[in-house]
Amino acid sequence: MTSPVAAVRMTGISKSFGGVRALDNVDLEVLPGEVHALLGGNGAGKSTILKVLNGVHIPDEGIVEVAGQKLAAHTPEAARAAGVAMNFQEMSLVPTLTVAQNVFLTREARNARGLIDDEDSIHRAAAIFKMLEVEVNPRALVGDLGAGQKQLTEIAKAISQDARVLILDEPSTALAVSDVERLFVFLRKLKAKGVAVIYVSHRMDEIARIADRATILRDGRHVITAPLADLPVDTMIEHIVGRRSKGFADVVRGDVTRGAALLELKDVTGPHKPDNVSFTLHRGEVLGLAGLLGSGRSALARVIAGIEPAVAGEIAINGRAVQIRRPADAIAEGVALVPEARATQGIIPAHSVSDNMVMAVLGRITKGGLVDRTQASEIADQMIQRLSVKTASRDHAVSTLSGGNQQKVVIGKWLATDPDILILDEPTAGIDIGSKSEIIRLVRDLAMAGKGVLVISSELSELLTACDRILVMADGRAHQMLDRADLDDPTETNPEHALQAAERRLQIEIQKALTAKETTHG
Amino acid sequence: MANAVSAPGRALFANWRQNIIYIGFVVIFLIFAVTLGDKGFLNPNNLLNIVRQTAMIAVMAIAMTFVLSAGEIDLSVGAVAGLTTVTVAMAIAAAGPIGGVAAGIATGLAVGMFNGWLTTRIGIPSFLTTLAMMGIAKGVAMWISDTAAVPILSPGYAWLFGGGSVGPIPVLLIWIAVLGGLGHIVLRRSGFGRRVLATGGGETAARYSGIDTANIKMKVLVLSSCAAALAGMLYAGRLQSGRFQLGEGDELSVIAAAVLGGTSLFGGKGTVIGTIVGAMMIGLINNGLILFGLEFSQQLIARGGIIIIAVALSQKR
Repeated sequence: MTSPVAAVRMTGISKSFGGVRALDNVDLEVLPGEVHALLGGNGAGKSTILKVLNGVHIPDEGIVEVAGQKLAAHTPEAARAAGVAMNFQEMSLVPTLTVAQNVFLTREARNARGLIDDEDSIHRAAAIFKMLEVEVNPRALVGDLGAGQKQLTEIAKAISQDARVLILDEPSTALAVSDVERLFVFLRKLKAKGVAVIYVSHRMDEIARIADRATILRDGRHVITAPLADLPVDTMIEHIVGRRSKGFADVVRGDVTRGAALLELKDVTGPHKPDNVSFTLHRGEVLGLAGLLGSGRSALARVIAGIEPAVAGEIAINGRAVQIRRPADAIAEGVALVPEARATQGIIPAHSVSDNMVMAVLGRITKGGLVDRTQASEIADQMIQRLSVKTASRDHAVSTLSGGNQQKVVIGKWLATDPDILILDEPTAGIDIGSKSEIIRLVRDLAMAGKGVLVISSELSELLTACDRILVMADGRAHQMLDRADLDDPTETNPEHALQAAERRLQIEIQKALTAKETTHG
Repeated sequence: MANAVSAPGRALFANWRQNIIYIGFVVIFLIFAVTLGDKGFLNPNNLLNIVRQTAMIAVMAIAMTFVLSAGEIDLSVGAVAGLTTVTVAMAIAAAGPIGGVAAGIATGLAVGMFNGWLTTRIGIPSFLTTLAMMGIAKGVAMWISDTAAVPILSPGYAWLFGGGSVGPIPVLLIWIAVLGGLGHIVLRRSGFGRRVLATGGGETAARYSGIDTANIKMKVLVLSSCAAALAGMLYAGRLQSGRFQLGEGDELSVIAAAVLGGTSLFGGKGTVIGTIVGAMMIGLINNGLILFGLEFSQQLIARGGIIIIAVALSQKR
């Protein structure tokens, strides 16, 4: 039996950073015309092996072959020349160039005189976004875009390369459910043309729909490669976490007695979004903000946190009207925002875990102009323990931690300020299921301790697990406030099925909000 | 028709912060034209003099636009210009004009490659590399010339590099126009220019996109030193001599010209046309302040103030 030449064959790849072994003798084989899922928790080595394939990292040991040819050198240029394209999580975009310039960077169309033809790039970029049916302005500067639009630009950049091997790393974090479907349609077309697609996602439902085979990594080691048919979701999760996990279904929501009104918004309008939003957040309550990309959820968070102050409307905290003009005002009122882009807005990667944890409370722990190092260490140790942050020590740079643990550091940083109101913007984006459940549990605990928590998430199961009420937003406006309990079907006793049923209902409400928006516009 | 005429005008004012350099240039020119009209400001000779005096700054600033756009800086340009006046003058004395030009180009290449090697291979930030090079270049120039001026006795060289004119147009103006046009197209429309802007705008992103950023940095530093060497050759031609003091302190005017023109000190953003207008504006201000009869001390203060105002107005809010 002759097997076709593998599109990608990586054999015995090992890679260490410092003393830490990120990859230990890992094999990965991807065939032409298949969608191959690469699965694993945070720190499993997914990013590392992809970066080896893409030429960013040089492996300590092992061989990389693309279409039967050994890679000439471990550089991004060599990988690209061999036909490998990848979307990086926002890391391959130059903020000072436009969307179209980024998509075709180093592959710009030239006119007859050999000069760059930007108009052509704009048209081709627009065509890609049109095919995906998403709205991104090819002329916009990437630096002016939100995280979701940047992610879409990354995807456009990767798929514009006519690659032999297309690597999509968490492409769906920026996409609404309907957009993901269009991406899948496109990927099936690529499959038919014999392109090998490596698909990384934390969302099992997507993997089940698109992937032909899956390779699962854990702790830098290869666990299993098998056809999807042999990998039901339970089995996948079992291999990823290494023990039986119950996902979110075991997070007990419990009954929280809703306390006094903590944060009241009346007709609050921001510079662009939100538009006339009113709601009340009570003590002991977790309020979710649901909606698609661009619905104004993050903009609302930025208004409350004073990053983009409100231009109209009233905000009251603890029954007292407050003026929030800058982040310091919000912090003084007990508001803490854990932002969406944790790498740029949440942490200083090169600084230690301890330094990051105390960043927001430096004023409190400074004595006579000097930072009290004992107290700083105490705060850091306390947070590391409370949030079970996996780090070699409090003095290690945050950049050495996995994504999930970095996020815990950001949350710890804000918990150190002991806020009344905590706003979490996509707190679990790109984090493995184990860490996700931990963070949701933490959110519930904070509410139980009498705080008010606002959670923004694109993962509906997460919102449904974490929240007492959910505000559905579309186009900057508040569409509907839903009571979590009303989304449950009282006759359904299986918790997992109940969650899925609630997810479907919430999805319907989000879609309704969109059509409501369209009719008011039309 | 009326629309067609006013549309560019409206665009200019809609983005007035971006275009402040062009608006500022026109405003300052008009103010000088009205207040200094009777003192000979508008005399064609005076205007051409402004061009002659700013040509060297402009030439160096065109290359500096690339260096800054790539997220680097070159503080050695003034000293390299000075060194080149000496090497060119000595080479002309020994081997004639051709040898002089060869020596000038060799000086630029040698310094630029050394700067680039230290910055990209050894990893010393260009700020420090070129700061050190500033001293080294000046020291070498003083040493080999024995701190004395070296005369240039080649009329052909002096005509081509600075002194001559074609009809009423000074050769220096032609140099600026040719290099400016070339620089503008290369930065805006060539693959190299795009790679420079990408390197300065986000080095990691550029590298992940397959750009050899070390190579780009090497090239812009070589480009900058070669432009500095050319500026030195122009100084030498215009003054028909080589002296180590020529070009002294020019690095600040050069960086100011680029920043005034809208090039970012933090990389990723640059415009050659803006830089040339920035250089001309500095020359214009110098000329106007002299005609106003200000003392040198007052000129320094006024010039600094005008630059601060212009850059402050161009900041994005």
